[in-house]
Amino acid sequence: MTDNNKIAAQFMGAIPHAKALGMEITHVGDGVAEMKMDYADHLVGDPETGVIHGGAVSALMDTCCGAAVMSHPDSPGATATIDLRIDYMRPAKPGQTIRARAECYHITRSVAFVRAQTLDDDADRPVAQATGTFTVARKS
Amino acid sequence: MSRSRPEPVQVIKQRRDAALHALVDHVPYIRFMGIEFDRRGDELTGVMPFDEKLIGNPLLPALHGGATSAFLEVTSIITLSWAMLWDEMESGELAVEAFEAGDLPRLPKTIDFTVDYLRSGLPRDAYARAVVTRSGRRYASVRAEAWQDNRARPFAQATGHFLMPRRDG
Repeated sequence: MTDNNKIAAQFMGAIPHAKALGMEITHVGDGVAEMKMDYADHLVGDPETGVIHGGAVSALMDTCCGAAVMSHPDSPGATATIDLRIDYMRPAKPGQTIRARAECYHITRSVAFVRAQTLDDDADRPVAQATGTFTVARKS
Repeated sequence: MSRSRPEPVQVIKQRRDAALHALVDHVPYIRFMGIEFDRRGDELTGVMPFDEKLIGNPLLPALHGGATSAFLEVTSIITLSWAMLWDEMESGELAVEAFEAGDLPRLPKTIDFTVDYLRSGLPRDAYARAVVTRSGRRYASVRAEAWQDNRARPFAQATGHFLMPRRDG
């Protein structure tokens, strides 16, 4: 792991909200991050079906996108979300772990451009997709 | 022209608050986030009291973008459902008792949701209001804004599209 990637992994591990939702980093490196979040009863948004709330999915993708930015070789470190759009394609299957993969596909001195996808066990049909922009810290 | 005598204010308030509580308390994720709703007539304000578990950046510290986004999305969905049920509730068509017993209408489903983060969320209580800009039989568009200490300085705003549940009797 490069320093950047190690910092990204450590930083993400120390986020209280990510911990509260049960997020875990499974991979970080060079502008790409992968995270997973196990199914849990408190994440449910539709009690009739047991489907998890969109807000939990978006929190996972936001975190994953941030990790992708921080791990980019041209990123000096800290980042914050400028905007994030989430498309919810289908409900995640109740009981299944969801996995997000984010990629920082372009970075300037001020802005990082990121896209992400969330999958459950059926990897051919994504649950949700995100595109967003993030801040890039000033080089000290 | 005759006009039926209005119901006592306590009866109306009790019915509206019972319906709102049933709608909100039923969703585990809303309870987990600690989100509550203040009601003034038909106007709702989402309240997200500060909690350590909502922190996204422990160094600043600042609220997690995902928590802010979830707060705006919850406020949008509840405001939209509330608007959808209001007329039925006021006319007495809606059985609030069945509602409280857990027989709730389906909630709108989010199609897409876009959040602008205007400034970092401070480690204190947050408030949000949503406006239904368009609500049709199948689709609805909603705008929402969240603020903390100053109403005129929102820290996040959002727009979203929702698929409305079928309401055929």
